[in-house]
Amino acid sequence: MRRICRKTACPFFEAIYSEVKEELQMNYQVEENCLTIFLPKEVDHHNAEEIRREADKVIEQKHIKHIIFDFHSTDFMDSSGIGVIMGRYRQIYLLGGDVWAVHASERMKRILNMSGVTKIMQVYEEE
Amino acid sequence: MERANEMELIFDSNSENESFARVTVAAFMTQLNPLLEEVSDVKTAVSEAVTNAIIHGYDGEEGKIRIRCRMVGAELYIEVEDQGKGIEDVAKAMEPLYTTRPELDRSGMGFAFMEAFMDQITVDSAPGKGTCVKMKKTVGER
Repeated sequence: MRRICRKTACPFFEAIYSEVKEELQMNYQVEENCLTIFLPKEVDHHNAEEIRREADKVIEQKHIKHIIFDFHSTDFMDSSGIGVIMGRYRQIYLLGGDVWAVHASERMKRILNMSGVTKIMQVYEEE
Repeated sequence: MERANEMELIFDSNSENESFARVTVAAFMTQLNPLLEEVSDVKTAVSEAVTNAIIHGYDGEEGKIRIRCRMVGAELYIEVEDQGKGIEDVAKAMEPLYTTRPELDRSGMGFAFMEAFMDQITVDSAPGKGTCVKMKKTVGER
C-alpha cells in the first residue's frame, strides 16, 4: 500500500489544493436519450449543486431516459454525490430509465456500495 | 510521554470552504504517516461534518465553523463545531437516509459516512446551542 511521506506534506498539500480550486463546469455528452455526466475530480456539496442544476436542465430538454455517471476523473465523493445520483434516478425511473456508474475506482466503488445506492445503480465492471 | 500536536481552523460557512477544510485536515494528519485510504476516510468524514454545519447548522446563513484537530500518538481527534441552530433529535438525525432537506437532494447518509470512516463519533447538540461533532480515528499504526 502507498503511504504519504511526511517530508512531502507541503507539496502534497499544494498539489491537491490547486487541483481542487480549478473552476468546475459540468462536462456531459448526450447520445439519443442517454446522458453521460463526466464527474469532476471531487464531488462535494459545493459542486454537487451545479451538477444537479445542469443535469436537470439537460434531462428535461433532451428527454433523457438513461444516465451514465463517469467517475474516470473522480477520486473524492461524499454523501452529496450520493444525493445527486439518487435525485437523478428519481427523475428517470418512472420513464423506465436506468442509472450506471463507469470507470469507478476502488474507493468510489466502496462509497457507492456503502451508501446502498448500488441497489438502484449498475456499476459497470471493466475487464 | 506520547507526542501531541494540535491545530485549529476557523472559517466562514461557505460551501467553497468544504474542500479547503478537508484538504487542510488531510495535510495536518500526514504527520501520522497515514495510508492513502486513511486520508480519504478522514477527508470524507470532515467533508460530511462541514457540509452539515453549512446546510443544517447555519441553513445557508453566514457563520463561523471551527475545526479542532489533535494528534496523540497514533490517535487523531477531530472536532467540527458550529454556532448554528442545533439538532433537536440527534439519534433521529443520525439514522441512515433520514434527512430534513430532501428538496436539496440530501441523501441522509452524512452521519452514516462519518460513522463508517471514523472509529468513534459523538454529537453534542441542542436547539439554539449549535452542534459539535467529535470524531476519533487511530491512524498509521501498523
